[in-house]
Amino acid sequence: MTAAPALLELRNLACERDERYLFAQLNANFYAGQVVQILGPNGSGKTTLLRILAGVSKDFYGDIFWQSQPLKDTAWEYANDLLYLGHLPGIKKSLTPFENLRWYAAVQGGVADADLIKALAQVQLAGYENTPCYRLSAGQLRRVALARLAFSRAKVWVLDEPFTALDKSGVAELEAKLIAHAAAGGLVLVTSHQDINVPNLQLLNLLDFPVDAQLLNSHEDAAYG
Amino acid sequence: MANLSSFASSLFWATFKRDLILAFRHKGDMVNPLVFFLIAITMIPLALGPEKAVLMRIAPGIIWVMALLATLLSLDSLFRSDFDDGSLEQLLIAPYPLALSVFAKILVHWLATGLPLTLMAPLLGVMLSLPANAFAALCYSLLLGTAAMSLIGAVGAALTVSLRKGGVLISLIVMPLYIPILIFGASAVQTAALGEAYNMQLAVLGAGLAIALLLAPLAAAGALRVSVNA
Repeated sequence: MTAAPALLELRNLACERDERYLFAQLNANFYAGQVVQILGPNGSGKTTLLRILAGVSKDFYGDIFWQSQPLKDTAWEYANDLLYLGHLPGIKKSLTPFENLRWYAAVQGGVADADLIKALAQVQLAGYENTPCYRLSAGQLRRVALARLAFSRAKVWVLDEPFTALDKSGVAELEAKLIAHAAAGGLVLVTSHQDINVPNLQLLNLLDFPVDAQLLNSHEDAAYG
Repeated sequence: MANLSSFASSLFWATFKRDLILAFRHKGDMVNPLVFFLIAITMIPLALGPEKAVLMRIAPGIIWVMALLATLLSLDSLFRSDFDDGSLEQLLIAPYPLALSVFAKILVHWLATGLPLTLMAPLLGVMLSLPANAFAALCYSLLLGTAAMSLIGAVGAALTVSLRKGGVLISLIVMPLYIPILIFGASAVQTAALGEAYNMQLAVLGAGLAIALLLAPLAAAGALRVSVNA
């Protein structure tokens, strides 16, 4: 595994919010076939890190490399290979699950309708295709969002708290999906407060990257100098 | 790449269709500016008295001001729900030009507010006893003007989407840009009511719309990136 170059490489990543550093000097390599759980207490910057990795937020110091190329130059390729499931599920409540997925199918350039139906069946939502999402429970809404994983062609999955509101069987199904994705050469970056039952789970604890004063000064010089 | 089927499955088309469905499911949001337009204009003859000469004189200005305020009223919701449920983030990171998907949203906004306002205006013109030769000018000027207002308003809505209470700020940002549209739009109807040619005013409105078409989706896309980043 070490012979292959890293899929995603973080160099000296640091992030500041409200004049407070969440993490600093974050160096990490993520390889194809890994499931990485990002750990840290509430407010330690897990969501912020995932938003940075998803390209939503560009407010950070340091560099990210995608397949050994700077992310700035390969943003388009990276966007094509990325599935980001945020802290907000991105599901429209007045649309049906099927209509929601059809929009996501267009985001990745078109998927056959039959595959969308199949994806909904996989998350135990068969029969709910045409029920407006505001009638679904919180767990079912989460499942609609997770149905995107079934027809995604993305290599990198960035999932922010995907286990929230899922029941026990839902959790097991999602874990199976993560294992299958990693086995197929994908990369999964996931945050969760519960233990994830996946073999070879890699852990990245944000508390391992505290801020030292010297670094603070160098950033201030960069910002004001 | 540029064939019809790839366009049909493109994010522009998908966003357009999705937002159109949403507009029809949220009829209240769609009807709100129209009801405001209708009620506000109905109040005018009640307050000023049904004197034909007075109403005729102020009709073009009143209809235009109310159309502008009705558009302003509808702007805040343009990106709000997408921001709240997280689909705006998804739009931002999609491998598709953001300006195009934003343009799809603006197009739906115009179809749901600007176009119905334009279609309702002649009816209200009758209520304010607008001279018969001004109706064509009213429709043309509103058709061009409301489209430009939707486009420009989208920039304001994009800038304020991350603020909890953006409503007042949108008005402050957008109002100065609406003033030229208001002046030339109302002037077109006024001139037509006097029986003179109003080509110049329409040409200016058309030029404004052309500039807005070109720049507003790009500016709104940039503003959205800034808003979501923060």
